[in-house]
Amino acid sequence: MLQIADKRFSSRLLLGTGKYPSFETQKKAVAVSETEILTFAVRRMNIFEESQPNFLEQLDLEHYTLLPNTAGASTAEEAVHIAKLAKASGLCDMVKVEIIGCSHSLLPDPVETLRASEMLLEEGFIVLPYTSDDVVLARKLCELGVHAIMPGAAPIGSGHGILNPLNLSLIIEQSNVPVIVDAGIGSPKDAAYAMELGADGVLLNTAVSEAADPVKMAEAMKLAIEAGHLGYQAGRMPVRDYGVASSPLEGLVPN
Amino acid sequence: MGKTIDLNGKSYSVVPEVETVQQLLEHLELGNRILIVEKNKEILQKDSYDAPIMDRDQIEIIHFVGGG
Repeated sequence: MLQIADKRFSSRLLLGTGKYPSFETQKKAVAVSETEILTFAVRRMNIFEESQPNFLEQLDLEHYTLLPNTAGASTAEEAVHIAKLAKASGLCDMVKVEIIGCSHSLLPDPVETLRASEMLLEEGFIVLPYTSDDVVLARKLCELGVHAIMPGAAPIGSGHGILNPLNLSLIIEQSNVPVIVDAGIGSPKDAAYAMELGADGVLLNTAVSEAADPVKMAEAMKLAIEAGHLGYQAGRMPVRDYGVASSPLEGLVPN
Repeated sequence: MGKTIDLNGKSYSVVPEVETVQQLLEHLELGNRILIVEKNKEILQKDSYDAPIMDRDQIEIIHFVGGG
């Protein structure tokens, strides 16, 4: 079970809801992924154009925990405002703190992320900061009392996979709250790798929504996360530099 | 004299029968949508939709969209 604050989840896959080719594909992908946590962004409604269907309104919200993000914010104050808007929907009390500090790499602003996390904790939110893979920053966020740490594997939407497994391992080792690898996952092997490193969950979006077959990829990610987690629990064999025979060297059959 | 408000960044003339935020949402056929309302930069909780709409109010209607 993945536990974030007082909420428990069977699935360790957190799924974003952006950039799917169609609602139909998205609905199927969400269903086969078996995710229980969906992320969303908060935006001004386009009320002057003909009503467009909204994905959220097509879901049975009983089955999902909503994790709104603060994407679009570049300061702590903006992030807090977006979080308060999301909470006023009456549908969620968790927030993914996402404060971008670089418009090219989309890497998070560490200083504003730390400030916003502190402010949101004081406001009573369940706070999940999306952060860089900086070990000291992750420790400071933990010390504030955030409810999970979400270090990026690589820049958002890049699909690079885990660029710094050592840092992620150190973050996982020191953390007293769940570590969810968020952003940069490209393929199932990346998700499995994150889980094998000991992550508690993986948050991804583009890896599924931009796959040639998003529904199949959603299933692949679900299985990869399960496999990686099982592998972590099982404890992998040591790595050696030379070959070690698996078959006995005694009792060789004479020529 | 009708009321004119700033609605999601555009000037909007409110019909006379719309007197509250809730009535505005119903008039816009948004009554059963998942949304959040901000009135003059203040976030309205669900139990405050009976707040009156006044001339020159600034209203923002916000919702959730796809995102990661």
